[in-house]
Amino acid sequence: MTFELFLQMFPIALMFSAPIILTALGGLFSERSGVVNIALEGIMMVGAFTGATVTVLLENSTPAAAWYGLLAGLLAGVVFSILHAVASINLKADQVISGTALNILASGLTVYLCQIIFHQQRTRAFSNGIQKFSVPGLSKIPVLGRMFFDQVYPTFYIAIAMVLLTWFVVYKTPLGLRMRACGEHPQAAASMGINVMKMRYFGVLVSGALGGLGGAVMVLTADIQYTLVSIHGTGFISLASLVFGKWNPYGVLGAGLFFGFSTALSFYAKDIPFLANLPGEFFYILPYLLTIIALLLFVGKSVGPKAAGEIYDSGKR
Amino acid sequence: MTARKEKIVLPLIAVLLGFVLGSLIVVLTGRSPLSMYAAIVKGFSGIDILNGQPINTRYIGEFIIQAMPIILTGLSFAFASRTGLFSIGAEGQLMIGSISATTVALLLQAPRAVHLPLVLLAGVLGGALWGAIPGFLKARYNVHEVVVTIMMNYIALHFNNFVILHIFGSVDRVKTAPFPTSALLKSPFLESITRYSRLNWGFIPVIIALVLFSFIINKTTFGYSLRAVGYNKEAARYAGMKVSRNIVASMAIAGAFAGLAGAVITVGTFNFGRVIQAAEGYGFDGIAVALVGGNEAMGILLAGMLFGGLKAAQPLMQSQGIPREIAGIIQASIVLFVAMKFGIKMVLDKFERKQVPTTEGDRV
Repeated sequence: MTFELFLQMFPIALMFSAPIILTALGGLFSERSGVVNIALEGIMMVGAFTGATVTVLLENSTPAAAWYGLLAGLLAGVVFSILHAVASINLKADQVISGTALNILASGLTVYLCQIIFHQQRTRAFSNGIQKFSVPGLSKIPVLGRMFFDQVYPTFYIAIAMVLLTWFVVYKTPLGLRMRACGEHPQAAASMGINVMKMRYFGVLVSGALGGLGGAVMVLTADIQYTLVSIHGTGFISLASLVFGKWNPYGVLGAGLFFGFSTALSFYAKDIPFLANLPGEFFYILPYLLTIIALLLFVGKSVGPKAAGEIYDSGKR
Repeated sequence: MTARKEKIVLPLIAVLLGFVLGSLIVVLTGRSPLSMYAAIVKGFSGIDILNGQPINTRYIGEFIIQAMPIILTGLSFAFASRTGLFSIGAEGQLMIGSISATTVALLLQAPRAVHLPLVLLAGVLGGALWGAIPGFLKARYNVHEVVVTIMMNYIALHFNNFVILHIFGSVDRVKTAPFPTSALLKSPFLESITRYSRLNWGFIPVIIALVLFSFIINKTTFGYSLRAVGYNKEAARYAGMKVSRNIVASMAIAGAFAGLAGAVITVGTFNFGRVIQAAEGYGFDGIAVALVGGNEAMGILLAGMLFGGLKAAQPLMQSQGIPREIAGIIQASIVLFVAMKFGIKMVLDKFERKQVPTTEGDRV
């Protein structure tokens, strides 16, 4: 692989990484508070649909339409995740089942609304999503400038900022400590006066916000409209990034970059001599195969929140 | 409420609430729920209540076609579930079953009495193998089956397409050459009695699968030890049951049911191997079927027919001006309400207590 090609891959890889990182951070909040969130895929779909729709509808009235789209995606994610919170926290539903139901619901609901609003199976195409830009000054740095600052989507920086913010909130604030306690041993947390329900609501709603934002970012950078296959499993990849990144924000960043690059690789494979002869399907399979291998490698060392997935029973000791 | 009554009443309430919520969405988006229900009735029975036309048996044939694969994927999810596993892998196992069936259908030449059973068997074995992998990873390395089965679904999708495109050399990049008739489940007789629907002999393997499921789970020592692992892994281990072996076997059998579904679709509904653009939802439909059916053969049959009918009604809804996706919304709502069964039970218990305060005290 030539070095030039490697540099060219960066903006694409960062573009694909951003939604994965954001959504996986969402999963981190939810699982750290003790609620498994397999609904990330569905939350992304809802965020992507809302983001694309708002962008299309505002396009003619404001140049910042795509940014409103991002905000709308975030809010839609929060609203949608309330369902998961109510089902799994108040009504003690099995969290995996509730998440599965939400994933089916999201694929039905988004296309249903497309048909109502746009009279077709997809949203109308927007003319401008989020625009690429070059950071003045920094993009002139040799090599590094090309890699991280030249012709990149600002959404990648949002993702980086969220990694730092997540680290700060989860590890450096009382709120983060309380939330983690609820994910490890909710009964012990409750005995110290922490409101487990409230903490878990916080975790799930933040995961809705970040997942919705992730979905909107994905559709507004990598697509031209929302369709049923716009997200095509990225929510599940984010879930895998969370496991891969060991429920740690920096781990999630690394895992997200890794999956971003493996996606970008499938686009550039035809230009890389020793990869060009492999069938395209090989590269589609790669990220999923690597996830399974990564899970195997981390066996025994992979330490998720202890109480994630458990229904909170205040009477249990 | 007794446990037995609960098993019947709670899913029924969930189904009811699902339809209420679906109707509400239809009304809120300015469509008529009446035409939706007319489409559903027609999808199930072929009776057109709006125009008062006689039964069109074609719809019944199409409705059974839709129910067959999701009953099988429902059995798949339920079987793993009985061993305490949450398998989201039916979709991928179905695709591997489909590609295995395609391979045998295209490469083997034999009379129908030999060819067709071998095609179905190939689907079963392919699915079983694909299911055994996450089972093995779970049993040997304790890797969580939810994430692995999801990943395996995507691998299966692209593997299926790879085989169709690069090994069978699909000319139009959509499908393979047509299968010889000896490999097909097609039946001119069934087609003629259902006014040329796609109905085929596929329902026979489905019925066999339902009986086998019930027999293995309820009547064999093996099934008992599977359920024991599902209830309490450690206790089962202590009692001398082979927990790891049971997990692999359970996932393999679950995969076999889904693989059979793939074969039934491939040589029943279609007569060629297909390139698949994205997951077609049979796996998630199966989860819905199993959850609503309470992981039991009878329940799965009924729930499969319910959701199969909804799927069959989709084109009819669309022609009534109601987006077809409402079927998926109703299905998802039903699953959500089934998942909320503790909540529904709490409400019901409160209700019951208010009506008959004395008996509650007696029971406790």
